[in-house]
Amino acid sequence: MGRLAETFFNAEVIATYLPALLSGFRVTLELAAAVVTLGILLGLALAMLRAFRFRLLNGLIVAFVDVFRTLPQLVVMVFAYFGLPYAGITISAFAAAVLGLALVLAAFAEEAFWAAITAIPRGQWEAARSTGLSFGQALASVVMPQAVRIAIPLLTNRTIAITKGTALASVISVPEILDKAQSAMSISANASPLIVGAGLYLAIFGPFVVVSRWLERRYGWII
Amino acid sequence: MQDFIANFANLESLARIYPLLFQGLEVTVLLSLVTVPLAVALGLFVAVLYSFHLRFLNPLLILWVDALRAFPVLVLLVLVFYGLPFVGINLPQFAAAVLALALNSGGYYGEIFRAGIEAVPRGQTEAARSTGLSAWQAAFSVVLPQAVRYVLAPLAGNTLELIKTTSIATAVALPELLRSARVAQETTYNPTPLTAAALIYFLLLWPLTRLVARLERKMVASR
Repeated sequence: MGRLAETFFNAEVIATYLPALLSGFRVTLELAAAVVTLGILLGLALAMLRAFRFRLLNGLIVAFVDVFRTLPQLVVMVFAYFGLPYAGITISAFAAAVLGLALVLAAFAEEAFWAAITAIPRGQWEAARSTGLSFGQALASVVMPQAVRIAIPLLTNRTIAITKGTALASVISVPEILDKAQSAMSISANASPLIVGAGLYLAIFGPFVVVSRWLERRYGWII
Repeated sequence: MQDFIANFANLESLARIYPLLFQGLEVTVLLSLVTVPLAVALGLFVAVLYSFHLRFLNPLLILWVDALRAFPVLVLLVLVFYGLPFVGINLPQFAAAVLALALNSGGYYGEIFRAGIEAVPRGQTEAARSTGLSAWQAAFSVVLPQAVRYVLAPLAGNTLELIKTTSIATAVALPELLRSARVAQETTYNPTPLTAAALIYFLLLWPLTRLVARLERKMVASR
């Protein structure tokens, strides 16, 4: 038992590597914030553009959504980091991670927002237009405020799932929690840093899971 | 443009490395074929247990599912592959990937089945039990067949996510499709293997993506 504690909960090892793990914690938070902001905004913008029903543009949006719903996040990330330099575009590992995850989240967000927009009754559009609002105004001031509320419960689980993908950034050696924990583990030959890292992930995502459970109960959505 | 093709769709490089990609594809398919049924079985087991409403057990099940939802699957994989050897359990890469993926995805399946089971009226269980079926018989022959129909869309969606997630086995150097593509890219100094791998993933999973989208639209429409 003592040996087990020494391997997985070694106070000395934890004290040594805690600063590194906390710096990883910060990078994970920055990654997550960037991914969620960019992904949701891009998804929202695409869904609103799609409402205008320009045929060519809609074809492109649907293609974008299909591609990024289908490709694994890690594949997109690896492609952005190892592939793009051959096209003369070199981006940092951090940027590649954000790009990969944000594109995937944007695809799912577009789907959710679009489903919500199409769920708004036609009468809402007609009433808004009949008061003299332009199509764009009706969309932005009447339809979207309702659609966003429908989309939120559809989106929460997916957003959490994709944001957890920030751990994948360790594969392209972004110095986030898992990356720091793994290198600390191999230097110290002790599993404690990994346990602390796991705890840090729970600290970040645990509250969101609790909130999403509450949202689910409140809106009765399952996804 | 010519440079672009020479880089990203280089047939010469493709001719050299395609056997490697097919080996990778084989491992990805095998990994999916082993993991999906395991995860579904685990999820079913958890959901049916939950439906018995055993007071001491249900909070534990919820805790397990929530912990998994808050926990990146890659972190779980790293824990299984690099952490377990510290307690003397050495799993090969394939087994570690199966274990981590099944545990993680089993939690999600469990949550989905649970929601489906709760949507089936209680009278169904009571009627089934009153004909003399045991609790397990009633759950599997009467309640589940109805429950599954309520949650077809999230079930298909989760399966798609699980197959996509097999790509994280790259992180423990299991030679699946993404890993093989990376190795090929490094030996040929050319990103074509990455393009090819992305294309293979897309062709493999796109039908499933379309199916999921269709089921989701149906579900949103039925509300």
